[in-house]
Amino acid sequence: MSVLPSPSRPLRLAAAIGRGDAADALDAEPYIRAARLAERGRLDFVTLGDSFTRRGPDALAVLARVAPATERIGLVPTVTTTHTEPFHVSSAVATLDWVSRGRAGWTVDVSTTEAEARLFGRRPAAPARALWREAAEVADVAGRLWDSWEDDAEIRDVATGRFIDRDKLHYVDFEGGDFSVRGPAIVPRPPQGRPVIAVDATASLPREAAARHADIAYVRAMNRSGAAGARADLRGRAAAHGRDPDALTVLAALTVDLTDGERAASADSASYEGKLTAGRGGRTRYRGGPVGLAALIGDWYEAGAADGFHITPADPDGDLERFVNGTVALLQHRGVFRTFYPGATLRAHLGLARPAGRYAPAPAGGIA
Amino acid sequence: MNTPVKKQIHLAAHFPGVNATTVWADPRSGSQIDFSSFEHLARTAERGLFDFFFLAEGLRLREHKGRIHDLDVVGRPESITVLNALAAVTDRLGLAATVNATFNEPYELARRLGTLDHLSGGRAAWNVVTSSDAFTGENFRRGGYLDRADRYTRAAEFVAVARELWDSWDGGGAPRPFAHSGRHFDISGEFGVRRGPQGHPVVIQAGDSDEGREFAASAADIVFTRHGTLAAGRAFYADVKRRLGAYGRRPADLKIMPGATFALGDTAAEAQEKAAEIRRLQVSPQNAILALEQVWGRDLSAYDPDGPLPDIDPDPESQLVQGRVRIGDPLAVAAKWRALAAAKGLSIRQTVIETTGRQSFIGTPESVAAELDEFVQTDAADGFILIPHLTPGGLDDFVARVVPLLQERGSFRTRYEGTTLRDHLGLARPPAAPAPDAPAPDPKDPDAKDPDAPAPARGTRGAAVKG
Repeated sequence: MSVLPSPSRPLRLAAAIGRGDAADALDAEPYIRAARLAERGRLDFVTLGDSFTRRGPDALAVLARVAPATERIGLVPTVTTTHTEPFHVSSAVATLDWVSRGRAGWTVDVSTTEAEARLFGRRPAAPARALWREAAEVADVAGRLWDSWEDDAEIRDVATGRFIDRDKLHYVDFEGGDFSVRGPAIVPRPPQGRPVIAVDATASLPREAAARHADIAYVRAMNRSGAAGARADLRGRAAAHGRDPDALTVLAALTVDLTDGERAASADSASYEGKLTAGRGGRTRYRGGPVGLAALIGDWYEAGAADGFHITPADPDGDLERFVNGTVALLQHRGVFRTFYPGATLRAHLGLARPAGRYAPAPAGGIA
Repeated sequence: MNTPVKKQIHLAAHFPGVNATTVWADPRSGSQIDFSSFEHLARTAERGLFDFFFLAEGLRLREHKGRIHDLDVVGRPESITVLNALAAVTDRLGLAATVNATFNEPYELARRLGTLDHLSGGRAAWNVVTSSDAFTGENFRRGGYLDRADRYTRAAEFVAVARELWDSWDGGGAPRPFAHSGRHFDISGEFGVRRGPQGHPVVIQAGDSDEGREFAASAADIVFTRHGTLAAGRAFYADVKRRLGAYGRRPADLKIMPGATFALGDTAAEAQEKAAEIRRLQVSPQNAILALEQVWGRDLSAYDPDGPLPDIDPDPESQLVQGRVRIGDPLAVAAKWRALAAAKGLSIRQTVIETTGRQSFIGTPESVAAELDEFVQTDAADGFILIPHLTPGGLDDFVARVVPLLQERGSFRTRYEGTTLRDHLGLARPPAAPAPDAPAPDPKDPDAKDPDAPAPARGTRGAAVKG
């Protein structure tokens, strides 16, 4: 039993629902099944990774397809910023928020490879430093575009014949290093005001972008102290940018192998951290049973090493089921994780307020 | 029953647009952005057994006199994302997105359309549009200006490349590396999405110019055209269908679908009254002055919409209006409007109502069904893209009252025969290239059991439009 004080903020849980190269990776059904399963476990959100060189569907499209088939769970696709148009990315994420009625997020990523550059033939591959600088700009301009319509811009005033109050629509006039955007957005301000932004902040370049612009940061750590160090670093950087550190939710990212793991865990003498290994691509892999995973989650969370966890099931079907029915059920039973959704939007699940638009005038009368 | 099969009408539902056709000052007018509105219209269209649902595109808010235009409905979602969501609440309805070929790149768009085709079970369509203006370009990386000729060569090469990418997975289900080097695109690699249920998503093209017609004949499956008179419709139809032969295509390979508006009533007189009321709502006093300013290219805000037309002449060099189609010859249009106003004693507002955008079909359900059928049976059209004036219920009456009459006439389906948009349109699935060393067709691969013998011209037609 932990002797540390309980954290004041509720535990956050998310799961990846990617299917890799599976034969059914282009069908809607397996994604809907997985998202509904995660929703039954009351997870905060599901994610779907993406890159242009990966075989499989466009991630944002899949989660738009999933949106009407689910009710509460957050939907967070990866959308890259290197070869895409910032204006289109902002519109697509805002639209995902509209079709999901306030459940959209966006994992920002870059395209560093020659192979990706050749698919577009528009700009050569560039160093990660330049690409993450640009990714931060794209996240920045997307936020401005989402704010470019004030919430009450639509007036439908028959007397004057005006549908909108154009004084409540704003040019963003953003000048980035390699692009500029005039605005305003074509999409009215989304239900969440600004959809939630996530970044894999394990490496230092994306970590800086996360500290400035993200609501959620994923970190891959091999042990509790590694996770705690990354979280403290991110919170410190966010504070240095003038942000409230609590506005940045840090999730420890784990690939979990619970199917094979349970068999391997029969001689359960090693500590759960002994079940963590370095997987492919710098991933942290947990190989063990659902009960051991619940112990790990509870321990890291209660120690303040992470605000929650992002789980990538090694087997997209079996391991997600074991996670929800085993690990999550246990955490709920212990009162560590929610058993119902108190809110309807992803921001509500994450305890994030709906932000006021940056162009809207401050409310009269000053701060109450 | 062995009655000969009548030529069938194809129908599409256009979500009400960002323009003065869409009436918002009506108590029944709902949200232009809530998903429930899109769902309502799509479900209505599917209940009416329509071929497809159609979304236009916006890339920059329109401006007038240097300020954002505020009189019309404005604000819309990104098309492909909405269509993927609609795929979840419909089963058969085709899903068409308007996407600009100037401000997108082939790899990404082919991937997004290919994904939509998979996730919807073969219902994706792409309305290819081009634009060149620096005004829209201010929101995009490429910025600036593409001259008119380049817009079409880029669009043609874009469509050809997209088809190369969709075809880069062979009948055996394996990807082949692609490499395309052309005037506008120089790209290579491996495409990440295998061929969708339709082989190629359906391609729609809009535009009446000679270049547009030629592009449609070479590369499109559907032409979205402006509806005119029966005679003009027949002339357009004959001209475009005649051009197909040069590309090895048959007349049935390209469907001609004018955009059409309508007003229904229990009697002819009631329909006319309703039509007039809709026109009055579409042309508010403020919108009348705006329409006038679009022609004149001058600030006319001092004029009374219920008073006479201005005496001063239009400014043909005006930059007053941004983000809209330019009026061709303002001096000629102004002369015509003045003549009409003088002859009938019309005010500014009455003149605008009289000269712009009257409904295409006005009448009882019986007469409208008969007129629509006549257009199709006499080869003025293959069907219609219906543009309702109300969101989201603008097609409710049409589906409840006109569709059954078209069915009674034997001109419209009474159930969906197939599952894909190509099935609805009677368009063959383009054949996939065979696997390089495929000994026998895989029975599970839809390409292998395509009942339509490959028409060789289809497989190579991309080459015909390459610049």
